[in-house]
Amino acid sequence: MVVYNLYIFNRNGQCLFYREWLRRRPGTMTQEEEFKLMNGFMHSIKSFVQRLSPQDLKDGFVSFKTNCYKLNYYETATGVKFVLNTDNNVGNIRDILHQLYSTIFVNYIVKNPSCSATDIINTEQEIFIEKLDEFISNLSIFAQTNKA
Amino acid sequence: MSRTNVKQNLDARRVTQELFTLTYGAFVAQILNDYEHVDEVNKQLDKIGYNIGVRLIDDFLARNPNVGRCHDLRETADVLAKQGFKTYLGISPSITNWSPAGDEFSLLLDGNPLTEFVELPEGQGQKLSYNQIICGAIRGALEMVQLEVECRFVQDQLKGDNATELRVKFLKKLEDALPVGED
Repeated sequence: MVVYNLYIFNRNGQCLFYREWLRRRPGTMTQEEEFKLMNGFMHSIKSFVQRLSPQDLKDGFVSFKTNCYKLNYYETATGVKFVLNTDNNVGNIRDILHQLYSTIFVNYIVKNPSCSATDIINTEQEIFIEKLDEFISNLSIFAQTNKA
Repeated sequence: MSRTNVKQNLDARRVTQELFTLTYGAFVAQILNDYEHVDEVNKQLDKIGYNIGVRLIDDFLARNPNVGRCHDLRETADVLAKQGFKTYLGISPSITNWSPAGDEFSLLLDGNPLTEFVELPEGQGQKLSYNQIICGAIRGALEMVQLEVECRFVQDQLKGDNATELRVKFLKKLEDALPVGED
């Protein structure tokens, strides 16, 4: 199983952070455009899922799969959005994404007085990036990312 | 062996709470020194509380993964009193005095850890809203989950009232920002 990349968006739709571990095919647009596209897409799919659901949704939009990757989505009540792309064999990783929020994002961004949950995370936040890499690479779903 | 450990842990928690109470006291005293008008001090405490609340909400949600978005104010009041206050101040205020429209409620605080060892000075000091930081924190935290509220103390034991009553009024639901070109 493989972890490809991660996007974090704030409540205003700004991309706070992007990290990739494995991406064989580079994007065909600028990164900034890609962030906007991703955010717009997440927004649309959320409202699509909500409107078409035949019954009340508990969690709303959680993930989708294509024939070659799976996109996992987690949004907190404060509007921070996590998008993690993995390969298709990964099951439900909601707990993992919550953990990523509670142990990494909250501890190293929210609790850092020089950062805030709505500002772009710049490369000076080494501790955040380090802990994030450590967290992701310790996941069982990461096991084959390097080999793949 | 284990008995003494338990005792040590309890003491440690006690010390932390006293440290917190006294730190807050020192802090209020400093602000009182810095500003001439008590009204201005109240405003500053509220502002500081707001800035704390804005961050605290993420910590709260991280610790309580089961708390999702609330569907009505009653649910919000419940989470606030039973989980929010419990987590950060170690007390569970009771929820009373619902307005008929259900958009306003009171929290009755007893055993407020902030006001231990505190007595307000005579004169100007009587106008000080010592707990104002709590109002700011609630306002900031709820704003982050799309709820605009107004918070104020309507009764205060430090001012000789029988209870400490915090009134929370729901103003409006804030809307999510839309990406450009979406509706």
